[in-house]
Amino acid sequence: MKHFYWALPAALLLPACVTINIYFPAAAAEKAADRIIDDVWQLQDKKAAPAAPAGETPAVQPAP
Amino acid sequence: MKNIIIVFSLMMSMLLSLSAAHAAADIEINTPAISAIKGSMQSRHAQLAPFYSSGAVGFSRDGLVAVRDAAAVPLAQRQALNNLVAAENKDRNALYAEIANGNQHPEWEPEIRATFAKRWADKAQGGWWVQDGSGWVKK
Repeated sequence: MKHFYWALPAALLLPACVTINIYFPAAAAEKAADRIIDDVWQLQDKKAAPAAPAGETPAVQPAP
Repeated sequence: MKNIIIVFSLMMSMLLSLSAAHAAADIEINTPAISAIKGSMQSRHAQLAPFYSSGAVGFSRDGLVAVRDAAAVPLAQRQALNNLVAAENKDRNALYAEIANGNQHPEWEPEIRATFAKRWADKAQGGWWVQDGSGWVKK
């Protein structure tokens, strides 16, 4: 009967390992996407240009 | 004694899942492969931008670009446009896969794609077309 309890830590640790794989950093991914899109569309340069009908300027610009 | 083991293992697994969540809080995008794809997309953007404005090309919900209204483009230019769209989508697919692989999580590709799809649409200029859940919408 006592042997049964030694299986318990393994059973509990397994979901913890799965957590590592399924966890997706959504906020970081969004920031990364914004940085790439700004680069591809050169939104930083376009801010100076008159043709910028987009009402909102890019909110997050952590220029390195 | 048995209870102590149970409680201990419970606490351990909670600690482990917590640290796992904190360990993966950043996304790496400064790899040579990603920079190369980004550069290729950046130089193509000048060619694609007029098609975005005319509505010929829109941003699909799967994070790609699609020919939305071929009639907006003269017949003679359509093949060039198709090539342009195909090249852009090849880069985009590679970009999403490369970000997932570069962060040691190839299984994140669909989520990265979905994140990009949302951000392309959010950042699209007024007058450009984006695809939402129900269809094409002009911003």
